[in-house]
Parts: sequence; C-alpha cells; structure tokens
Amino acid sequence: MDLLRFITAGSVDDGKSTLIGRLLYDSKSILTDQLEAIERASKSRNDGSIDLALLTDGLRSEREQGITIDVAYRYFQTPKRKFIIVDAPGHIQYTRNMVTGASNCQLAIVLVDARLGVVEQTRRHSLIASLLGIPHLVVAINKMDLVGYSQDVYSDICIHYADLAKKLNAHQVTYIPMSALNGDNVVDRSTSMPWYEGPTLLDHLETVAINDESDGEPLDRHPARFPVQYVIRPQTAELHDYRGYAGKITSGLFRKGDSITILPSGATSTIEAIEVAEKHLDEAATPQSVILHLATDIDISRGDLIVRTERLPVTSQTVEAMLCWMDTKELKTGSKYILQVGTFRTRCSVREIAYQLNIETYEQIEGIDNLKLNDMAKVTLRTAQPISFDPYPKNRTTGGAILIDETSNVTVGALMLMGEV
Amino acid sequence: MNYLDQLESESIHIMREVAGQFERPALLFSGGKDSITLVHLALKAFRPGKLPFPLVHIDTGHNFQEVLNFRDKLAAQIGEKLIVRHVEDTIREKKLKEPTGRNATRNGLQTFTLLDAIEEWEFDACIGGARRDEEKARAKERVFSVRDEFGSWDPKRQRPELWNLYNGRIHKGENVRVFPISNWTELDVWNYIRREKIELPSIYFAHERELLIRDGKLMATAGGVIKPEADDQVVRRNVRFRTVGDISCTAASESKAATLDSVIAEIQATRISERGETRMDDQLSEAAMEDRKKGGYF
Ligand SMILES: Nc1nc2c(ncn2[C@@H]2O[C@H](COP(=O)(O)OP(=O)(O)O)[C@@H](O)[C@H]2O)c(=O)[nH]1
Ligand SMILES: [Mg+2]
Repeated sequence: MDLLRFITAGSVDDGKSTLIGRLLYDSKSILTDQLEAIERASKSRNDGSIDLALLTDGLRSEREQGITIDVAYRYFQTPKRKFIIVDAPGHIQYTRNMVTGASNCQLAIVLVDARLGVVEQTRRHSLIASLLGIPHLVVAINKMDLVGYSQDVYSDICIHYADLAKKLNAHQVTYIPMSALNGDNVVDRSTSMPWYEGPTLLDHLETVAINDESDGEPLDRHPARFPVQYVIRPQTAELHDYRGYAGKITSGLFRKGDSITILPSGATSTIEAIEVAEKHLDEAATPQSVILHLATDIDISRGDLIVRTERLPVTSQTVEAMLCWMDTKELKTGSKYILQVGTFRTRCSVREIAYQLNIETYEQIEGIDNLKLNDMAKVTLRTAQPISFDPYPKNRTTGGAILIDETSNVTVGALMLMGEV
Repeated sequence: MNYLDQLESESIHIMREVAGQFERPALLFSGGKDSITLVHLALKAFRPGKLPFPLVHIDTGHNFQEVLNFRDKLAAQIGEKLIVRHVEDTIREKKLKEPTGRNATRNGLQTFTLLDAIEEWEFDACIGGARRDEEKARAKERVFSVRDEFGSWDPKRQRPELWNLYNGRIHKGENVRVFPISNWTELDVWNYIRREKIELPSIYFAHERELLIRDGKLMATAGGVIKPEADDQVVRRNVRFRTVGDISCTAASESKAATLDSVIAEIQATRISERGETRMDDQLSEAAMEDRKKGGYF
C-alpha cells in the first residue's frame, strides 16, 4: 500500500476542518470516543450540531477562537491507500505554518466558498502550493448547498480559476463541487448534483498518481543524491577499519560500483558496498536510508554530499532563490544567516532582493530592501562556502533550504534554490 | 515504496539527524511498544556501531514488573547503556507532595524527574516515542520540538519545519524533544512489530490477572499500586494491555488475543482510540495533554 500526503488550504471558514472531519467520518476513521469528545465540546459551544472542525483544532486557543493556528496532522486509510492529512491555517499571519505543512505534500486541496468564488486567499494559497512545487491541485468548490447546487456557479468558478492556474503554470488541476457539511462528493457521490460526472474527492485521492517530481522520469535517470548525516566507525577490534557513511538517498538511485563525487570537495571514488540493517544490497533508491561504503579512504564528514558523477548538481557560492520569510524580525539586504541545505550548513548573506512577489496579484515589485513576516521574494545569496543543490523545480528535496538566525537559532526563512548567478 | 518502509526510513533519518546535530542526546525508554520500536529503529540506524545515546528510563515506581524485567533484558541483549532515574527519589529529595486519593497517579511527577535527569546528564536532545495520531495536541507538535529550560512547549512559537530539514540549534539550557515516529499510527507500529518480529513484554498479550473495576475500567491490582475501595469490585479476568504506562493510569482490555496476529486483529476492529481505551490521565479535561506539555511533559 502506498502513502499520499496532502494539504488542505483555503481561507477562514471555507470549511477545511469540516471537510477533513467529513473525510474521516465518512471513511469511518473517527473512533467512538473521539466522536463523543467532540460531541461534548460541540454542545458547550454552539447550537449543538456536531462541529467536525473540533477534530483537528487541537489547541486550546484554536478551539476558543474557532480558527486553525498551526498545522495539524491527521492519519487515515482506506483499503486502497494510506493518507496523511495536513490541515493548514488559512489566516495570512499563519502563512509560514502553511508553508511548513505544504513542503512535504504531493497534493493540495484548495477550498473555495461557492458563494464567494476565487478570493485573495485562494490566490495566495495557490501561489504557495505552486512555489512549493506541489504536483497535484484539487480545487474544492465547497458549500454548494448554499448556492442551490448550481452548475452555473460551479462553471463560473472553474473558468475564473483556470485563468489563475495558467499564470501559475499549474498543470494538474481537478475541480470538484461539494458540500463538506452534508457530505456531497466528499466520500459519497452527491445526489443533488447529477450534472457533475467527475470523481468524488476520496475517489480522486485514492487514484491520483503519486509522483514527487513532475517530470515523471524513471528513478535511475534522476540525479542520485546522498547527504551524509553521520559517520559510523565502531572502532572495535573486529571492525577496526569499518567506516560507513549513514544517510538517506534524497534523489535517484545508487548501485554498487557507481562512480561518485563528493561535494563540495570534488573528490571522487566508487561505491564499494551499500548496507541496510547489516545486509548488503546491489542497489538502493530514494527514499531509503542506507550506509554507503567507498572504495577509497577519503575524508568525508557530516554535511558532505555524495552524488553519482555522471550527473553533478549545481555547486556555487552565489545563488538565486525564492524566499519565504518566516520571522517577525525583518530581513534586510545584507543581513547574515546560516543556510542549511541537506545536512550542510554555511553562513550566507542576502545580497539583493530582486523583487518581492505580491502574493495576491502575483505582481513583481522591485526596489525592495527588506522583507516582513510571510513575504515572498526572489533573492540573491552569497554563501561563505560553496553549496551544492539541484534547482527546486526539478527536485524538491535537494533544492529546498532553510535560513537560521544565528542569534535566536530560529528557522527564519524557507528557500527554493533556483540556480547559480 | 511500501508505506512501512517509507515510515521506517523517515524515522531512521530523524535519529541520524539527532546523532549528527547534538552533543548529548538520550533515548527515553519506557518499556512500551513505541519505545521498543524506537530502539529497534535506532539499531537499524547505527549498527554495527554503538548507539550514540543511552536509553533513559524515568521509573515512577509504579511500573509493571514484567516491563521492568523486559527493559533490563533488552538493554543487556543489545549491550547499550541504560540509565534509570526514580520518581521516588525526586519526591524524597525535593519534598514533593505525592498526589493522594482515589485516582492518584505519579504520572505528573515524572516531569520533575525527567527535567532533573536532563540537567544531571546535560542532555540536549531527548528522543521519545510519541505519535501524532495519539492525541490532538500531539497532532500539532513538530518532529524537533524545542523546549526551554523548564521543558515547556510553546505551541505558538514552534519553528517552521520544512522538507526533511531539521533545525536542532539551541541555546545552552534549552533542549529538544525529538519524535521520530510522529507520522506512525498505532496500527503502523503494530504492523511493523509483526513484520520485524520485534519482541514485546508479555503483558501486551492476553493473560489472566487480578483487577478491579473502577469507573468501568479494568485496573490491575499488581504491586498494590491501586488500593481497592469499598465500591470497587475485585475480579480475575483475561486481559491484555494496549498501552503500557504507569499502573495507576493504564487500563487493561478484556481479551483472549494471545498472539500478535490476534492482537492486531482486535485493534483493527476496535472503535475506541488507544488513549481513550487505556489512559486515565488524558480524560481529565479537553486540554489535559496540551497543559502537561506546556509544563514540561513529554
Ligand atoms: N452550509 C455549509 N456550511 C459549511 C460547509 N462546510 C463548512 N461549513 C460551515 O462553515 C463554517 C466554517 O467551517 P470550518 O471547517 O471551521 O472552516 P475552516 O476555517 O476552513 O477550517 C462552519 O460553521 C461549518 O459548519 C458546507 O459545505 N455547507
Ligand atoms: Mg480550520
């Protein structure tokens, strides 16, 4: 059985939490005591009808305010597939939490309130999904019950959204009209919208192809990447010369005998053995965690990147990136941070903000020299040591990086590395 | 790739990040199935080397003897260091007041002993076996969860955590709680235990024992931890434990499932959640877990 991670996005009150509650409820993934607990909580709150949103709004302040502040993870499975649901907040001030949740997802559901159509938040969430390279997009046109299940309303919203999708270069967009509250087209097919012939949401989630990158190439044609996390050296009498490089293959496939290059040093060697749980394999592929042994003794430590020599990544000290700023303290041109890509950390400074992206109109605003919480921008960075990466649109795992504030130690920025300058 | 392989690889990756980023990590070991799974994952991550962290058990003094024996046997078998710290010692040294009364439990006092152990050994990271599917506050927590010097979790100040990049940089005195099996469900753990043939303490399988029925729950009388009161009915039943924690707050499930297959079949069929069925400590209020985490609990 395989695993799909998806995120739900939409503005406040579009019905995200209700939709998740509905998915869990109709797929019988809510257990009796959990249901009783939210029934009790619902009673003390409003008109007494059960509020499925209480299933995911797990923090006290969230339940008090009736909003989602941070990402909640939910798990369910059907006979066909396992799912991890990432319920993300819709408020603009919690955009960074949505970005956190979106980074690992293969599909995003963007909710649209049928009465309101495409609004600012729809544009913002669609932009984040697209910047973070989520390959599949579902536009869930919700609250159809409040517009008389009208096909015209649905079609208008589809046309309107298609325009926006074109600007974002989003390829795989699926439109589904639904009522999360009543359960139309979530798990069960709606009887109120006979004009809709597409899949229900769950049908779609169960059958959509899970591919992390959009290019669909076979695995061994992907660049092979292995950031070294830890060096295993038992140094016991019988394992005196044992030296294994532990890490996770973040892209592609390695075979015994492959010629490899170690970055940033550029040293070369070949793979002598691939070890998993004290057994030897002839090959291993992403996302396996393995131990690599090399034919020659070279100095390798945490932070180094082992790659197959036939396809080298970009290695540079001056790079361009899309940046999502995540700190309340402003970023100013010239500021210095720690950059982490894979397991490698180095200091860097922000040389230039090429433009800031207006996250609602997608306009590029030039002449900016500082960024505030949740701003998106194209930046140029200069790093203290060269960094190795693949452009993010080609590889989400090896092209993603974070910025860490040296004094507060907090993660302050998410970088989608684009290329060298 | 099969989902169990994906989850396993993600957890091994997280463990190795701990080893790579911290000076003095520890693995918090309770003897329950989740922490036993953690040990198994740690062995996969670091063998043939030694584990880069000791196992640490915070013993409330109210643990099942079977579990303590299992703990000692496992540590000896894998030849790794085991540190045990006792809540009773903390109570004595700090002159803590032990909760008394009908459903008294030392579970809350564990936090003090844990924080003391963190200070004593200067642990900068503690690996724990919590899962996000267990409880709604846990569903919100990051894999690397930064705690201040009082061990407090501040849900409003969680660090962004993207892709597979974990930021374990901290100031002196702070520590990080790390949850490698965050994304596993209860059933994933059981299925993994079956696939990997991981051994568990005997109390996870049906056996006959003496219990008392209190508030509709079956509580073990073992060790005299729970004192029968007038309206408690003392019975002998066939039971197994779905989670294993402190005797005072872990209820048993009536069952005849004596093999892993039959235990898994029962858990698959149940309509009650793990914590709902077995844990008394979460049922105190709607935000019980969130409040305990803010207070430094795991
Ligand atoms: N009529 C109707 N109301 C809905 C529907 N979906 C959600 N709602 C209501 O809209 C409100 C906001 O829903 P919620 O799930 O909390 O939205 P969130 O902020 O996106 O998580 C709640 O009162 C829901 O009951 C729907 O399909 N139809
Ligand atoms: Mg919500």
